[in-house]
Amino acid sequence: MFPKGTKRKFSDGEEIPDENPADIKVMSSYNLQRQSLLDMSLIKLQLCHMLVEPNLCRSVLIANTVRQIQEEMTQDGSWTIMAEALNSNQSPSDRLVATEILCRPSPKDQDEEKPFSDISYEGCDSVSCHSEEVVDDSLCEPSSEAPTYLPSSIGTWDKEDQKENSEEESEEDSKPEEQVFGTFEIKNPTATPDPALDELFSDVDTSYYDLDTMLTGMQSSPKMGPYDLLDSLSSHSPSSISSNSGCRPDLNELDHIMEIIVGS
Amino acid sequence: MKCFSRYLPYIFRPPNTILSSSCHTEADIISTVEFNHTGELLATGDKGGRVVIFQREQESKNQPHRRGEYNVYSTFQSHEPEFDYLKSLEIEEKINKIRWLPQQNAAYFLLSTNDKTVKLWKISERDKRPEGYNLKDDDGRIRDPSTITTLRVPVLQPMDLMVEATPRRVFANAHTYHINSISVNSDYETYMSADDLRINLWNLEITNRSFNIVDIKPANMEELTEVITAAEFHPNQCNTFVYSSSKGTIRLCDMRAMALCDKHSKFFEEPEDPSNRSFFSEIISSISDVKFSHSGRYMMTRDYLTVKVWDLNMENRPIETYQVHDYLRSKLCSLYENDCIFDKFECVWNGSDSVIMTGSYNNFFRMFDRNTKRDVTLEASRENSKPRAILKPRKVCVGGKRRKDEISVDSLDFSKKILHTAWHPSENIIAVAATNNLYIFQDKVN
Repeated sequence: MFPKGTKRKFSDGEEIPDENPADIKVMSSYNLQRQSLLDMSLIKLQLCHMLVEPNLCRSVLIANTVRQIQEEMTQDGSWTIMAEALNSNQSPSDRLVATEILCRPSPKDQDEEKPFSDISYEGCDSVSCHSEEVVDDSLCEPSSEAPTYLPSSIGTWDKEDQKENSEEESEEDSKPEEQVFGTFEIKNPTATPDPALDELFSDVDTSYYDLDTMLTGMQSSPKMGPYDLLDSLSSHSPSSISSNSGCRPDLNELDHIMEIIVGS
Repeated sequence: MKCFSRYLPYIFRPPNTILSSSCHTEADIISTVEFNHTGELLATGDKGGRVVIFQREQESKNQPHRRGEYNVYSTFQSHEPEFDYLKSLEIEEKINKIRWLPQQNAAYFLLSTNDKTVKLWKISERDKRPEGYNLKDDDGRIRDPSTITTLRVPVLQPMDLMVEATPRRVFANAHTYHINSISVNSDYETYMSADDLRINLWNLEITNRSFNIVDIKPANMEELTEVITAAEFHPNQCNTFVYSSSKGTIRLCDMRAMALCDKHSKFFEEPEDPSNRSFFSEIISSISDVKFSHSGRYMMTRDYLTVKVWDLNMENRPIETYQVHDYLRSKLCSLYENDCIFDKFECVWNGSDSVIMTGSYNNFFRMFDRNTKRDVTLEASRENSKPRAILKPRKVCVGGKRRKDEISVDSLDFSKKILHTAWHPSENIIAVAATNNLYIFQDKVN
């Protein structure tokens, strides 16, 4: 079930010395499975956000799975451990590598460098086409390159390239569930209610209006989609990533993600 | 040595394999199969938006041993790909469902739907044409009026049979989400179309208006946790319908109670087995298909691993549960990874409601006899489809020693899935769609 050749390291911070080592093994195996499943699910949510018209049923089921894992992790305290590790910017709590799907090389990125917000008809085609290809190929073929990277927002990293990729992924993960359903409908528009605008569009079918607003919102909002991240990352120098100051804004972002995921 | 005929009352043999394309394009993947009410016609829809209708040969007196075979009767393009400019999204032309209307005159009518639009098609035959016009000759050229000296009455002359399909109604712009089901009401006047969050009721004659009868869309989409997966009208009671959800529940609604049937009359849910609980429990409980029995007394639901038969009078659990491929239970993580866990299998009743059938992977499909409690696994493959061959039961071995002819779980081909099957309304003829091939099997002539 787990990819071969991936290293599993046990973090010092998580060790509980007074427990039976056998129990620890069983427990951490379960935790690893659970974490792996969480990572996989988040990736799936991101990927299906990129498809032309995501399958709502599938998205809902994956999102429910993510929620379920988060609830369980919150209950048994693993969630807070990770949150603490994040907040205090501790030494890397090593993470389990999720699945081989993460190790698709750049061809996908190269093809899809268009920012997500600029999607046009051709863009839709190529995006859906390529991302579907990537998904199908990578998910069905277990043999792929060894290096993998971390999809989740939580945790810090060993190598620089892992860090770089994780950073990209961590920002992608911002509000995964929101983004999933955001495709279909904008959230309650409590942010900037504009009575004049509402009146103007009062007779327009709201679902279309909402989507239109959302799409235009995506173009202008600072919240980045996956493709914007690739652009922004390329401008980062690798050295800046490893520095603490480079990590701080990410941690704020991560805090934000944590809040949303935990559902405060 | 087990005798095949003991497993089920029927032994299926394939007369021929129809509609197989040698070049496997994506557009040829069959996405729905449906017999009409007499079983004379069989319709298939594919991913490219085409509908192909087969007609059963009349049994000839000269060859009584040769049961009627199905031949292509009509082919037409039902739906075209569209582009939704507001959302910047493509609308697939894939035919999600076909439902026949009961025949009321010489023409045949069916409803076909893609993700967004339902269309009513009329399929009619033309085997005569008028000849002997006065003003034009038989080629259609206008005759010189000065050459016309006598008048004649045009007569109808036989011609080669021509089957025409014409779109009679287009029911569009009523669904924000993807249509997963359509169902014709027993009143033959209305039908419903269901998408992920809403169900609409239509009059077959009226295309510019539909009534929303179920709406489960939450005010805040972030709170969405459940979607509608299938819906069907009761076969006899025109006021009753059911819809299933991704959480493994079925709601029966009575349209007489309220205009908006958000409040159900009956709620069917089986309590979860705590010993089987996993992170995938919800996903595998999601119902992919719901079908009433012909009698209207029972309904059948298909979730990822099982088929369940429910008595409409008992809501707290099904009366029968059949394991389709329980050996996959230990593989759920891999199946989640490759998305197979989201495959939507359909299920069908036979004409007498005594046998139920559903598909599986590796081009296997399963039949369960409700009376004898026997089940069989059959395979739809070219090797099995030689004309007088009898389908041999297949077996999947879970672990340990694999016997000859058995196939191990790890060798199953998950890309070969049978999602769509159909059973003739009165005879033992089944249609099985295996990716882009359609197999029609009939039982042995006694």
